[in-house]
Amino acid sequence: MNDALHDLPPGIAQAQAAELVAESIVVQFQGLMAISDVSLKVERHEIFGLIGPNGAGKTTLVNCLTGFQRPSTGRVLLAGEDTTGWRPDKFRKQGIARTFQAGRLFRDMTVAENVEVTALGLGMSRRAAHEHAMAMLAWVGLADKADAVAGTLPYTDERRVGIARAMVMSPAFVLLDEPAAGMSDAECDDLMHTIVAIPKEFTCGVLLIEHNMGVIMGVCDRIHVLDGGRTIAQGLPAEIRSDANVISAYLGMEG
Amino acid sequence: MIGLLQNLVDAANLGSLYALAALGVGLLFGILRLVNFAHGDFISIGAYALIVPSFEVTAQLFIGEWNWALMIPTVTLIVVIVALISDALVFQPLRRASAPTLMIASFAVSYVIQNGILMIYGARPKAANLWSGLDTPILLGELRVPLLQIITIGVTLALMVALTLFLKQTRYGVMMRAAAEDFRMAQYLGVNGNFVIGLAFAISGILATAVSLLYLSQTGTLAPTMGVPLALFAFVATVIGGMGSLLGAVVGGFLVGFIVIMLQAYLPEDLRPFRDAFAFTFVILILLVRPSGIVPTRAFIERV
Repeated sequence: MNDALHDLPPGIAQAQAAELVAESIVVQFQGLMAISDVSLKVERHEIFGLIGPNGAGKTTLVNCLTGFQRPSTGRVLLAGEDTTGWRPDKFRKQGIARTFQAGRLFRDMTVAENVEVTALGLGMSRRAAHEHAMAMLAWVGLADKADAVAGTLPYTDERRVGIARAMVMSPAFVLLDEPAAGMSDAECDDLMHTIVAIPKEFTCGVLLIEHNMGVIMGVCDRIHVLDGGRTIAQGLPAEIRSDANVISAYLGMEG
Repeated sequence: MIGLLQNLVDAANLGSLYALAALGVGLLFGILRLVNFAHGDFISIGAYALIVPSFEVTAQLFIGEWNWALMIPTVTLIVVIVALISDALVFQPLRRASAPTLMIASFAVSYVIQNGILMIYGARPKAANLWSGLDTPILLGELRVPLLQIITIGVTLALMVALTLFLKQTRYGVMMRAAAEDFRMAQYLGVNGNFVIGLAFAISGILATAVSLLYLSQTGTLAPTMGVPLALFAFVATVIGGMGSLLGAVVGGFLVGFIVIMLQAYLPEDLRPFRDAFAFTFVILILLVRPSGIVPTRAFIERV
């Protein structure tokens, strides 16, 4: 355990929620079913894989779990509390953080400032925010690039900054939306080392969206498979690997 | 040679006023995508706040007569309050409106303020004598520079340094820059959107006040539409500087000031009345060469 990551300033407590639950989520876009009746539960100590072909509804589901999309019906519960009506920033303050596929960094600001602004937004003082940001950057291996302008980073580093920003203030859950998309196998392996460390280092549950089945099977404790907005399988990696529905959904895709 | 130097000092002086006005416009544009046509009227208010309300042609200084150490904060406070009220009454209800809607709303604010001034102070331009002691020329070798021009340039540089320090070094400055780049993302990360926008209005009010005081003490004239040409050149400055970039607004402001003064000095006598037409021709040329401005910002290019 690295203490610098956990030294939150007085008066700021780490979120305590132990589980994040989606209960019969339905999302309709103008009559089109994006998600139909999906339920899942992510726990604090695990890496939870969310997989499925393109258009399966993975990002939409993550949007529901972080307040960016209101479910048409169904609820999201954080430690048993109904989150209906919460705005995204309330989700973030209550300890559910996320990254974005597009990165969404502040490209004209420095790497350190990108992480710092989250700590400031969540209530830290300027100095505490800076120290916390530097600890986060050191943890993702970017301490030496703290003063670089974010817009000049290679995309592999951009994703790491996104993760550092999400881990600010030690959230209870972090939802990573295809953090390794477009990376080479070596780059992906590298990133997964960082991600695998999150539950132990931060006592934080991880929901990971990822296309590469090999990667998902290797790092996840449990896996949930979506196809066409429906749950087609859930269970341990070994169960998913031999599931007939999953195999047919992924037929022709790289395994 | 001495004539050219004199013109350069004049250019720096006028450029300072444009740069300050452009910073106020650019700050709100960056954070809100608001092209604030009322900025010129914030400038007018700063000037009118100094005098006794009346229809007289010669203005009687009121707040303007106070010691500067008391007068400057008081006028600044008045302009800041007007800026905050226009945010609260007009722009806050329009937070989700499109940029053109915001711009039209700012026209409305502008007309309301201009007509308010007309009702209280009358339509005729007024003479006012603010800080008349400051136009004593300072001799720098053969160069005669009015003290007021040196103060104008100095105040502008000081305000630019202060704004830069605020944006880079302080908690709210960092939040403001984040909000200017990606407002929704900043809000998601915990930045209080309305607070940061209010702060931007307040700072643009402070910058407008500086222009009011410096401009009035140089021209000695008040008119209900006095801020309009300043705001117009400020917009031009932000556009050629690069919309959304504060450095661009400053560069653009000084460039526009330089173009105007040089045209004034070196155009043939017969063409001088058409100075502004020539100035805008230059602006068009600059935009043809650099359509996204002299200092384009990444955030803005990608979003458009």
